[in-house]
Amino acid sequence: MFSKHREIFKFLSLVLVVLITPLLVHEGYLLNVLIFVGIHTILSLALNLLLGYAGQISLGQAGFFGLGAYISGILTTTHAINPWIAMLAAATIVTTLAFFVGFPILKLKGHYLAMATLGLGIIIYIVFNEAVDRTGGPSGLSGIPNLSIAGYTFNTDLKNYYLIWTFTLVAMGLSLNLVHSRIGRALRAIHDSEVAARVMGVNARVLKVQIFALSAGLSAIAGSLYAHTMTFIAPASFGFNFSVELVTMVIIGGLASIYGSLLGAALLTVLPEMLRAFQDYDIIVYGLLLVLMTMFMPGGLVKGIPELFTSIRARATRKVKTDA
Amino acid sequence: MELSDQIAQYLVSGLSTGAIYALIGIGFAIIYNSTEIINFAQGELVMLGGMFTIFYLNTLHLPLPLAILLAVASTTAAGLIFERLTIRPLKSPTPLALIIITIGGSILIRGITMMIGGKDTHALPAFSGSEPILIGSATILPQHLWIFALTAVAITLNKLFFQYTITGKAMRACAVNRRAAGLVGIDVKKMVFFSFAISSSLGALAGIIVAPLTMTSYDVGIMLGLKGFCAAIIGGLSGGVGTVLGGLLLGVLESLGAGLISSGYKDAIAFIILLLILFLRPQGLFTKAQTERV
Amino acid sequence: MRRILLTLATASVCIFAASISFASSATIKIGALFSVTGPPSFLGEPERNSAKMVVDEINAKGGIKGKKLELVVYDTGGDATKAVQAANRLIKEDKVVAIIGPSTTGESMAVIPVAEKEGIPLVSCAAGSKITDPVKKWVFKTAQNDGLAVAKIFEHLNKKKISKIAILTVSDGFGASGREQLKSNAAKYGIQIVVDDTYGPKDTDMTSQITKIRGSQAQAVICWGTNPGPAVIAKNVKQLGVKLPLYMSHGVSSKKFIELAGDASEGIIIPSGRVIVADVLPSSDKQKKNLIAFVKDYQNHYKAEGDHFGGHAWDAIMLLKGAIERGAETPAAIRDQLEKTSGLAGIGGIFTYSATDHAGLGKDAFVLVEIKNKDWSLVK
Repeated sequence: MFSKHREIFKFLSLVLVVLITPLLVHEGYLLNVLIFVGIHTILSLALNLLLGYAGQISLGQAGFFGLGAYISGILTTTHAINPWIAMLAAATIVTTLAFFVGFPILKLKGHYLAMATLGLGIIIYIVFNEAVDRTGGPSGLSGIPNLSIAGYTFNTDLKNYYLIWTFTLVAMGLSLNLVHSRIGRALRAIHDSEVAARVMGVNARVLKVQIFALSAGLSAIAGSLYAHTMTFIAPASFGFNFSVELVTMVIIGGLASIYGSLLGAALLTVLPEMLRAFQDYDIIVYGLLLVLMTMFMPGGLVKGIPELFTSIRARATRKVKTDA
Repeated sequence: MELSDQIAQYLVSGLSTGAIYALIGIGFAIIYNSTEIINFAQGELVMLGGMFTIFYLNTLHLPLPLAILLAVASTTAAGLIFERLTIRPLKSPTPLALIIITIGGSILIRGITMMIGGKDTHALPAFSGSEPILIGSATILPQHLWIFALTAVAITLNKLFFQYTITGKAMRACAVNRRAAGLVGIDVKKMVFFSFAISSSLGALAGIIVAPLTMTSYDVGIMLGLKGFCAAIIGGLSGGVGTVLGGLLLGVLESLGAGLISSGYKDAIAFIILLLILFLRPQGLFTKAQTERV
Repeated sequence: MRRILLTLATASVCIFAASISFASSATIKIGALFSVTGPPSFLGEPERNSAKMVVDEINAKGGIKGKKLELVVYDTGGDATKAVQAANRLIKEDKVVAIIGPSTTGESMAVIPVAEKEGIPLVSCAAGSKITDPVKKWVFKTAQNDGLAVAKIFEHLNKKKISKIAILTVSDGFGASGREQLKSNAAKYGIQIVVDDTYGPKDTDMTSQITKIRGSQAQAVICWGTNPGPAVIAKNVKQLGVKLPLYMSHGVSSKKFIELAGDASEGIIIPSGRVIVADVLPSSDKQKKNLIAFVKDYQNHYKAEGDHFGGHAWDAIMLLKGAIERGAETPAAIRDQLEKTSGLAGIGGIFTYSATDHAGLGKDAFVLVEIKNKDWSLVK
């Protein structure tokens, strides 16, 4: 089971990989892709806490991501507030909002929960589009400043890479801690059987809402990072499709796996780049992936790939035996 | 023009849009009631109905009635293939897996349609002309009458089927308790298959009959599907009158909202209603409370 | 541990596979960002087709000064995030000398900071006037400003002594930009907007909005959107028996609109680029030759009607061709030469850029057409 040293070793190797990658990557463009991998990792991590650990689906994550981006964007452009304070405000507002909406929403289960979160996401999306005076409407909000610390501005891909991956690693570290703590065990208990968890003294209702709020808050921070890196935001990036894409990341990477979130995010960010050859048809690949993964690898790649290797090796040994 | 005349038009327009939502919503309800699956790909079946008709009509130059018949048959086949290939082989059909697989399926159907049929929008000719019909001070189109008629026929047949035929009763039994239904000798898999057949063909019909008004293209399924789902939720996912009332209510509120409050937030109004109903009366507006759904 | 290693190995294989590219040096590389999929695919698809077509033609004739053009097209799906990623890839990996596109105003605004920072000329194919207003060093555009189309309609309203109008715009980038221009220009023409309403891009029934307009003082209706919404509106207007003159935007100036709206399209007036009326233009028209060639080529290549959206990409390539022919090879030189473009007869109009004007077109880029007997006729 969980061994603390091994976990720490794993995490530190990841930190090392993140640190040295820019030295190996000479293509400036790849660095840009890795920035998005970082942002998407935070997002799929946030969703995985809710979906993988607590077993509660959300089809409205793009809405929280967008709220974070817009709150940060509007505060810094229209009200000339410091980007860091804007990010803090975005996280606080979205977490609070999700906490209060969470109570009625998480009373629902299964399809009803899916539909309610989907509805919430769409309502938020419509507000981005329609509140033209504040959000700039469908043509977007431009001129968002980069983040900076004491005169040092994060305005190149390399600087943003380290900035965003710092956030990503911190989020991953905290999540690892969380899921291996008492709370993590309580969450898994809810996932397996909410009734049983209640009987064991877990306050399932409040815990679910807290995780929902945490997940929304993390997404909002990712949104704020996104806004300050891109310096431009438009509603089209925060629609229902992106919510589905996030669910896909979690499913492909692996439910209830922190490293799975990273893998899913990396794959789904890099995959479209490879599929550029297919241009119009990447949507089919998406759909197919979602269906096939659910059918044949419900544990995601994190569990699926090792299983695949094990079974291949098992077959190979069997073959060796029959040959001999 | 008087405000009362305007409101009359809002109501009539709302009812005709609502009938479309209702028709699509019934498709959701039928599958849910016999399998407890919310088929997120239902909207795509609606789209397929319209697109197949366009294909048979414009590319193969078949007469409209024949094109419609073939389109319904093709869509039903597509729905059944979808069920056979994805839902049935599922090892652990948890609600989460079912949600994701039907979402994946809807993306897939949409993508394939786009690849084969292109991205253009198409219009079907109206079934019986487009001369407006005057109702008091409000107007509707002959096509709306077709929609009302089809909705009425659909719920009547539905009611008769589920109440009075052995198959219908068996399907209801599956919804109440799958294991028990299996134990008394009902072929549960066959019933799931039936419910997909019925709802696919109903979805196709809905898609075909609305296409002259709303046009059709590979991506109309998402919004129509979601609205149909709202209608079904408001109606408590009943396969009959509840969903129809839900659809009509949704249509009227949307139309009034667009006319009197803000047309930009019209869709938001629909989803706020959905959320309120889920929060306050998840069993739907027109059914008595059932604890197990919450 | 092994699990993690495998995971990382898989991820890095993917990343390396993605970074493989094929480069050749005897060509001039031009990047293109079009929304070939997604909601704005009605723009992106003809744009990509036209750009490919014209690049092939140039290469078939031996290229520009002996060098072949190579077009690298990336699909943005109408999403600003993807547009920025693709722009970065074009600049840093494909090492293009200039970029044409993106298709929409939102994506263009997202890509502009990248182009400005990296110093790569961007010839946007989107219509929003804020793309080149204020002028940005590296950014040009080919699509006619929405303001020009609005001016064309308002002049016609003035001629017909109509002063009270209702506007009905779609709530996406195209409609929002049109709405802005309609509202900001109305006073200048003595026009009062009595109803200002919107509809969603996927809406299927607009009778509520039109009922509201019917109950107002409006003497004419202006609808700003792209297919299929305006076709639904045309049908709804007919259903409700509204007899007011109906104007639409250049977003629907293609035969597709007439096909979708059917009889309801009769009498609708549209400001449009000259491409749809190419064959009825007087032979003195400077654009006529290119327009007719474009329409014919597009028909031959893609078995479809060439529209003015495709024309934006055609113009963008021709502008770059002009700049390169005048001796420019580096991004900076191309930018300088683009700015010196003068009197280039394209599909969208006659382009003349200057240090203070990177949009390059005048009001005469639009003509007013009326739909009569399911075909276009010029409004004199």
